[in-house]
Amino acid sequence: MKTKRRKFSFSNLAIYIILSAMSVVWIMPILWLIMTSFRGEPGAWTPYIFPKEYTVANYTRLFTETGLFNYPRWFINTLIVAVFTCVISTILVLMTSYTLSRLRFRGRKGIMNIGLILGMFPGFMSMIAIYFILKAMGLSQSLTALVLVYSGAAGLGYFIAKGFFDTIPRVLDEAAIVDGANQNTIFWRIILPLSKPIVVYTVLMSFIAPWVDFIFVSVIMKDNYNNYTIALGLYQMITRENIYRYFTQFCAGAVLIAIPITILFIYMQKYYVEGVTGGAVKG
Amino acid sequence: MRFIKNYFMTFAAGDIITKISYLIMGAGCFLRGQIIKGLLFLFLQASFIVYLFNFGLGQLKLLPTLGTATRVEVWNEELQIYEYVQGDNSMLILLFSVMTIIIILAFLVIYHLNIKTAYNNQLTKERGGKLNNMIRDIRSLFDSNLHVTFLTLPTIGVVTFTILPLIFMILIAFTNYDQSHQPPGNLFTWVGLENFRNIFWNDPLQARTFVGILQWTLIWAFFATFSNYILGMILALMINKKGIRLKKLWRTIFVMTIAVPQFVSLMLMSRLLADQGAMNVLLGYLGIGPIQFLTNALYARITVIVVNIWVGVPYTMLITSGILMNIPADLYESARIDGANPVKTFTRITLPYMLFVTTPYLITQFVGNINNFNVIYLLTGGGPLSLDYYQAGKTDLLVTWLYKLTVNNQDYNLASAIGIIIFAISAAMSLIVYNMSSSTKKEETFQ
Repeated sequence: MKTKRRKFSFSNLAIYIILSAMSVVWIMPILWLIMTSFRGEPGAWTPYIFPKEYTVANYTRLFTETGLFNYPRWFINTLIVAVFTCVISTILVLMTSYTLSRLRFRGRKGIMNIGLILGMFPGFMSMIAIYFILKAMGLSQSLTALVLVYSGAAGLGYFIAKGFFDTIPRVLDEAAIVDGANQNTIFWRIILPLSKPIVVYTVLMSFIAPWVDFIFVSVIMKDNYNNYTIALGLYQMITRENIYRYFTQFCAGAVLIAIPITILFIYMQKYYVEGVTGGAVKG
Repeated sequence: MRFIKNYFMTFAAGDIITKISYLIMGAGCFLRGQIIKGLLFLFLQASFIVYLFNFGLGQLKLLPTLGTATRVEVWNEELQIYEYVQGDNSMLILLFSVMTIIIILAFLVIYHLNIKTAYNNQLTKERGGKLNNMIRDIRSLFDSNLHVTFLTLPTIGVVTFTILPLIFMILIAFTNYDQSHQPPGNLFTWVGLENFRNIFWNDPLQARTFVGILQWTLIWAFFATFSNYILGMILALMINKKGIRLKKLWRTIFVMTIAVPQFVSLMLMSRLLADQGAMNVLLGYLGIGPIQFLTNALYARITVIVVNIWVGVPYTMLITSGILMNIPADLYESARIDGANPVKTFTRITLPYMLFVTTPYLITQFVGNINNFNVIYLLTGGGPLSLDYYQAGKTDLLVTWLYKLTVNNQDYNLASAIGIIIFAISAAMSLIVYNMSSSTKKEETFQ
């Protein structure tokens, strides 16, 4: 058996040590977050590392003390917004990217260039204008407004999905046309079933966005606490006036949303890599 | 130009029905039997005219001045109170004017389509052909014209939520819409290039802030991009090295940090690194006196770059892993035979190869870092604040400055001007990517 054992290598040992050290650095803040979420004493800072007492009260209080910070309500808001955003964005992104990738028509290059240029303006620049537009539509401070903000211009994010569609052989389309399929059938029956990775990627990315954004939601919702989403709500917990009392609850709330997102992300990391490198590597 | 030429040429070549459809849209369709299509054109024309005369023109008329009548208080003799008389609202005038212009442009496209259809119908009839009926028109929307069907909704979305707001904000950069000109109380008006002049040289405070922040933005983007890139690659190399076990575990550990929402991990970091935070407690045990990670300008700048490494390295690790596998193994083999040490192998083989393949990604990252709002805003909030700067701190980037000017200060004009400058920088960088990126040139290679 001895011959089968890997040879001891000094450089591998060094790598193990470096990797372990880096892991500690990378994991430490997360462990600290989890530890703080169970801390009994209030306050943002303690003059010691390990809590003196542990409690689950931070978690239960999120769901019972809803007077000032209505965590369950925010959670439901975010879920509603995320579901609708996800459905609308996915449809818009897939339609746009498919059209730009596989259909040939006049003005295609022009549309792609416009998309490219629009993407170069900083997103925050138009934030205020969007607020005014939604107000003019009579939608300000509502969840509908939020869904529109997250998904309305989703078509612009066609780039990654287009890179994916570009790689599907055109022979498939031609064979289908010979069999009498029209372009619409080709999309639904032939290309879409082959595109699971990019569909999963698009769905998950657009589902996660409302959980982590707090900028647009703060501009749209202003002081309408009932329509806050999780991210903005949690952000309120650590403002200067609230942080002493609510910091440990903030940590608990953060852990609760980090768990599902972590699971989703670990599940989709394969698709993430395929999506991002799709365009770059294949050249 | 071609459109205008076509416009007159078609008119000359058209028969009476085609000529009528220059005035009455859809005539070329319903007079030739395509009733529904023709009526649709006519309906669009009617609603456009109603919109224009009832609303649109009124707004456009006010566009040159952006309104003159301020809201005033008027003494009401009967009720013995002051009443507000609504005046103009510059902001709404500008917004609705932009909207009207977009609608006019959209209408012109439809008008052009109307003429083209009428003329094509005429030609088909002259050849003795049969015109499409409604059912065949609809069917073509799912086949040869599928792009129209698929792009309609996305286009409406992008026009409403990106193009309209963007044009509005670009125009704002040429007005004096700042905190002392907030309608309806105070109207704002056009000032030409005033805002840009102020930022570049006229207003010493703003100019100083702009130059300082621009410098820091570029320094930040450079260090943030390359530190992540090189460290992420080294991490990927270590994990993927032959003979290293538990690859999946290592990878998952680092991926976990991506999965925690950025606003949580960054807020946490900012507490961890605060003057009385856990990090300083830890350093206190070791006898190292509290370090002002976030409150000293220089330390804060180093801190954000270091924390950004924490945030970004796992991404680079994930993305470069796949590419590293593709480096031809014989390159390494021959390097080993020539007796190159690992450092030399990295700098002579791995790095050049990676740079060659990932340049587009790298420049995208650079542009992304110029606009990296989260890391700066959540970690330091742009601080430490500085009296040398106009409403900004020592770690503020152009985007965070833009955000602060918009949200805290309501200096929309200044914010918009900065937005345009950021656009110019990103566009210049992206132009390079676009020219270098092989994936845009060879988009059909794999089809």
